[in-house]
Amino acid sequence: MTQETPQWRPRLKDIANQEELFTSGQRLCAGCPAGSMARMAMHALPRPKNTIVSQATGCLEVASTIYPYTAWRVPWMHSLFENAPANASGIEAAYKARKRQGLEDDIPDLLVFSGDGSGFDIGVQAASGAIERRHNFLYIIYDNHAYQNTGIQRSGATPKYAWTTTSEVGKKEPGKLLWKKPIALVYAAHDPAYCATASVYHWRDFMKKVRKGMEVEGPAVIHVLSPCHRNWRYPEEQGMQMAKLAVETCFHPLWEYEGETRKYILSAPSRVFALKPEKKKPVEEWLELQGRFRHLFRPKRRDDLIADFQRLTDEDWAFIQKLSNMG
Amino acid sequence: MSNMPAKQILMGINGDEAVAYAAKHALVDVCAAYPITPQTIIVEKFAEFVANGEVETEFVRVESEHSALSACLGASAAGARTFTASAANGIELMHEVIFLTSSIRQPVVMAVADRSPSGPINIHGDQTVSLAQRDTGWIMMYCENSQEAYDSTLQAFRIGEHPDVQLPVMTMLDGFVLTHTLENVYLLDETDAHKFVGRREPMMITIDGKQVPLKLDPKTPITIGPLQLFDYYMESKLQHSEAMEKARPVISQINNEWAELTGRKYGDGYLQPFKVNDADAVIVTSGSSAGTARFVTRQLRAQGKKVGLLKLRTFRPFPDKKLAKLLADVPVVGIFERTHTTGSLGGPLFNEIRSALYDHDPRPIILGYYGGLGGRDVTPEHFKSIYKELLKIKDTGKAPRYPIKYITVRK
Amino acid sequence: MPKKLPGSKDIPPAGVTWKPATEYRTGDWRSKRPIRDEEKCTRCLTCWIFCPDAAISWDGQDIHFDLNYCKGCGICAEECPVNCIEMEDE
Repeated sequence: MTQETPQWRPRLKDIANQEELFTSGQRLCAGCPAGSMARMAMHALPRPKNTIVSQATGCLEVASTIYPYTAWRVPWMHSLFENAPANASGIEAAYKARKRQGLEDDIPDLLVFSGDGSGFDIGVQAASGAIERRHNFLYIIYDNHAYQNTGIQRSGATPKYAWTTTSEVGKKEPGKLLWKKPIALVYAAHDPAYCATASVYHWRDFMKKVRKGMEVEGPAVIHVLSPCHRNWRYPEEQGMQMAKLAVETCFHPLWEYEGETRKYILSAPSRVFALKPEKKKPVEEWLELQGRFRHLFRPKRRDDLIADFQRLTDEDWAFIQKLSNMG
Repeated sequence: MSNMPAKQILMGINGDEAVAYAAKHALVDVCAAYPITPQTIIVEKFAEFVANGEVETEFVRVESEHSALSACLGASAAGARTFTASAANGIELMHEVIFLTSSIRQPVVMAVADRSPSGPINIHGDQTVSLAQRDTGWIMMYCENSQEAYDSTLQAFRIGEHPDVQLPVMTMLDGFVLTHTLENVYLLDETDAHKFVGRREPMMITIDGKQVPLKLDPKTPITIGPLQLFDYYMESKLQHSEAMEKARPVISQINNEWAELTGRKYGDGYLQPFKVNDADAVIVTSGSSAGTARFVTRQLRAQGKKVGLLKLRTFRPFPDKKLAKLLADVPVVGIFERTHTTGSLGGPLFNEIRSALYDHDPRPIILGYYGGLGGRDVTPEHFKSIYKELLKIKDTGKAPRYPIKYITVRK
Repeated sequence: MPKKLPGSKDIPPAGVTWKPATEYRTGDWRSKRPIRDEEKCTRCLTCWIFCPDAAISWDGQDIHFDLNYCKGCGICAEECPVNCIEMEDE
């Protein structure tokens, strides 16, 4: 493990004085952690007044810009579902070319938001291309495990056995039949300048990562877990707790990939479970709090499926520990 | 080229290269493109300019056409002059972005090397794909030869970026016939070209009583591309339509300016009539076919036959009134289009031209011809046979029962 | 659409928005409101960072709930480390 470089540490009393660049009046569901996620990201910007946001279609996009209103106080552009990183490529290219010609003084920082629909599925090509071309932007994929905006359809981010409206629970099929795509590893394999996973509960860790991703030269990706109570079926005040448990069960380990050293590093909230495996919680504790996994427990407890979920979780966890030399 | 006001350089280049030179002369800030035959020479040539340091352009070598136009869209929204080029399947993949680009009023210029749509795959030319973009809200111009490809591409920046317009422009050149064929092309001296195109100025819009640029600029943050529902969507569409109407005089004005600068003029910017006035039969066509048709028209006129040609240069905005004025008194009109539409009464050119003449009494008998599909050669013989048929109808007064036919197809 | 909305001549072109979202009061959605025990509150600002709606503000001395926007989700009450926030029915 490399020594972590000294870095920005968000202090709430300092940042709480900052202007909200993602404001009140947005129309995400009550208790949607995507709102917290966006606020945290905006409060972590190194140059808040010199940042442009490009956003893919999704809940955060539609809920924040219902015409004629906008919740954004930065230059913001939504183009389409699958092209936000390509759109950002153009924004960067425009400022680069025009600065070179003396037509602009500065190249603003670029932040791209997408949900898992775009980040895991329909937008992978555009993101992969933009990372390969080494554009200087941070791509935040907030993962709520399904196409929630269109009414809870399964995506490449939906975990196995989860109920969605296109992975129904019936006599033959117990929810989704496939495991989720290890998307952060996919993007990390592009060797970007920076890549990380995060959770909306671990705000300090997330904000530090946002700051790093914005400051590093070149493409950066953050995959941040952001629960959805409409799909996951938990009480709406529990969103942060759902994200917390996902980390404590090692279903969603937090790690970083540094392009400079080409090293994977477990982040503090997850490192503790590598050092003290006995602290790691059984994934069942997280599953049983969520209505989308109710069929694993009722009417009959499905030990086979729960065990399978645990096995898949453990395999992923072992893999990331190995990558980060903690296994 | 006798009365040539500005100094020009004669080059032996193909249509694609002519377009690449136009993009270079237009001081394009950002070019994002993806290779596809028969467009590829445009970006290859442009890559040479980039590699030699001849342009200041950021050249974004994207991973798909969808991203090509998406990058141009982002760049344009950030204030850049942008250019891309594509063809056939590439245009089809972009289709989603094509609509968006015009509706958020970004004056991207795109050269379309017209190639047949896949099914079966075919790399040669026809105009089916470009004409399928007719409802996307772009200005659309068809080029007859490589010279026109250069001229129209440079003009496209002026038209699209005009403060009253602010719309994207497609310039079409027929695959292979223009893209890959060496022709003599006059290019402007770069300084004169720069003077003609100028620099892009962002559109100014009023928000909350304040004038701000329609631009992603941290100094004046705005939100572009929100969710607009039934309460406002139609009003935005009306605005788009009004911008397209405002493009009408601009296209003619730029065509005139260009004529003063270069000595080359394309009719009124929309239509180029040739011997239409007293004609008994007129062929309407667009793109490179117009050159072949003009050759035949000249031959037949020399034989005393009263035939005429009307070349349609600008398809959007559609010159319906101008067209009706030129054609209303012509007895028989044949519309030759290198497009294919199934299950409809003729292709887009046939439909729109016939519709433009509906209010006129008398109005011509109008026939539609599909031909040149998948790059099939369109020869003088084909236009001779069309004229023969049109003149026969004029003489007999008898129109065929069904007005649409294929030429050169084997049954 | 109860009142007459602006027409195509009144709105900016290109679908650019022209009103801040703060003019839209999401507080109407609320069925529960947060009540804070000011004595117990340590001003740690945990509620501030987690609030999805930026409905909690910090003036340098104290925190304030803005009920114009608070949707009543209860995340602040759930996450408060000293349990000083109760959600009370509207």
